[in-house]
Amino acid sequence: MTSPNLRIAYRFLTAKKRAMVMSLACTILGVGLFIVTQATTSGFERFFTKTILGINGAIRIEDKIQDTMRSMAAAGGGDSHFARRDGVKYIEGIEEPQALMAAVREFPNVRGVSAVVRGNVQLQSAFKLEDAQVFGIRLEDHVRVSDLAEQVTNGSLEDFRNSPTGALVGRVLADRLQLAVGDSLVISARGASRRVQVAAIYETGYREVDKTNVYLHQPEARSLLKRPSGATFLQISLHDPARAPQDAARLEQVLRHSVKPWQEREKTWLAVFRALRISTMITVSVFTLIASLAMFNTLAMIVLEKTKDIAILRSMGYERRDVTRIFLWQAGLVLAVGAVAGALLGAAVTWLVAQVPLPINGIFKTDRFIVTWDPAHYAGAVLTAVVMVMVASLIPARRAARLEPGDIVRGTAQ
Amino acid sequence: MTSSAPASAAGPAWALRCRGLHRHLGEGEGRVHVLKGVSFEAERGQVYAIVGPSGCGKSTLLYLLGLLDRPDEGEIEINGRRMSNHDDAARTAARGEHIGFVFQFHFLMLEFTALENVMMPMRKLGRLAPAAMRERAHALLDSVGLGAKTHRLGTQLSGGEQQRVAIARALANQPAILLADEPTGNLDVRNSNLVFDLLTRLAKDNGQAVVLVTHNPEIAQRCDVTRPMRDGLFV
Repeated sequence: MTSPNLRIAYRFLTAKKRAMVMSLACTILGVGLFIVTQATTSGFERFFTKTILGINGAIRIEDKIQDTMRSMAAAGGGDSHFARRDGVKYIEGIEEPQALMAAVREFPNVRGVSAVVRGNVQLQSAFKLEDAQVFGIRLEDHVRVSDLAEQVTNGSLEDFRNSPTGALVGRVLADRLQLAVGDSLVISARGASRRVQVAAIYETGYREVDKTNVYLHQPEARSLLKRPSGATFLQISLHDPARAPQDAARLEQVLRHSVKPWQEREKTWLAVFRALRISTMITVSVFTLIASLAMFNTLAMIVLEKTKDIAILRSMGYERRDVTRIFLWQAGLVLAVGAVAGALLGAAVTWLVAQVPLPINGIFKTDRFIVTWDPAHYAGAVLTAVVMVMVASLIPARRAARLEPGDIVRGTAQ
Repeated sequence: MTSSAPASAAGPAWALRCRGLHRHLGEGEGRVHVLKGVSFEAERGQVYAIVGPSGCGKSTLLYLLGLLDRPDEGEIEINGRRMSNHDDAARTAARGEHIGFVFQFHFLMLEFTALENVMMPMRKLGRLAPAAMRERAHALLDSVGLGAKTHRLGTQLSGGEQQRVAIARALANQPAILLADEPTGNLDVRNSNLVFDLLTRLAKDNGQAVVLVTHNPEIAQRCDVTRPMRDGLFV
């Protein structure tokens, strides 16, 4: 310890053990709880995001834009086109999916693109009848834009691949129809019916999807839905899903089709998660506020008790800024220990929380509490503590620096 | 008696000089004119005693001379440099370099050992390497008879020992001026004599000007110059 100010700060601080331990405990709790709450709330949000990206991809292209006089005029002005969506008309579906897919693949952030034919159907099992939606896919394309390969719980994707009349049925729908792998069912749409076989059962965890979606090979779906060409939508996966809004805007501009990024598609749920994260952040910041008040209290006490020491330091040539630094160093020492211990506490509690059994099935499926391990949470927690504690410490530190040594020695210090 | 000295090539013989110092203390109706135009000089190697009744302005003058306080009017020169109008940083630097203080209640920093207390002004001035600081602090504590107690905390030393550590600390940066406010006021006779002898011997050895405020007539008699004060003026 070479700095005289740091040396003095350390001794002043350790002389007030009880107050110092209280400040330290509050800082540790503040940092630790901040990390835990961020890890848990963002854990669920990220898992939800992963789930919906795994089902619907990062971007969907559907419905061709029909140019009108108004939209054509706006398109000339670049981005202003999107600001005047009320002037845009759409033609349902994708007329030339192959051409569009080729164009989409030219975008550097695009990882995969799949053309999907969708239609409303009725499923008839030996047990009962259910409404559902059929999705006609090319399996090789679709596994690149979804997590279908990981979502299969019974049977195998290989069985589906090798069976032209095979179907992938959602877990909830399969339960309702009492279907198992290998069972057959009748799919009816637009007056036509077909018998298909359950090749596999999948589960995304998103109940609405697992309750309604049935995947068929595209030729089978086209035949059933009487749609020999075109597609209902293109599903796109991205290398960096966070950039979906920018890519979607560019795709819409270039391809002249309606393009929706996942952030827009799922904005309701994302807003809920954001509100949850902010509310917990505010709650936990109260702990950090308490830590800063405890630090303020400790330093204010030390200033009161060490006025004579401050006077002697000033008489020995220590400047006002040295006195300020001595007190800020004390806050710094508590922060340094508090941040490290708080981060360790946060990591330990996060790990423990991750072991808590918590079955959830609805917007995603999990059987444990979901946490995220993100260095940004640790940096955020430490930064919040540093700002709040240092701001609170400035007041007593500046008060100490303002003390006049002559007044103190005369015994008239206010 | 006021002594004045001619300037030499190495600088003035006096280490400290003030002219026409005025100082008021208190506010409003309680405002008191404590110093009423005091002038004073202190030569190197001389020991000065400022004596007088309580409230006559002795300590106020000492704090002004030590740049711990600002005069309302008048000039203070340290080693030929006028300091009364300087900003806080320059006055603080001058205190660290040219002035050593010994107070009645020693004001040791009790969380630190005797050695650390003596090293504290040296660490701030930064003139010596850490090893040299340590060596000088040991030598100073040896010279005040505390060579065997260098690693004791302030709380583990008697009152007389603490005051001797304070003297060693005041001498740490080899200041030109040593200011002592009742340095023996809180000690018994034996320790008073010991502390006074130390203060004067070390100051004389190093050619430092010593100005001490005291109520003790025996101590005052043993100083080279005695300056009695009454009602804010030397008499």
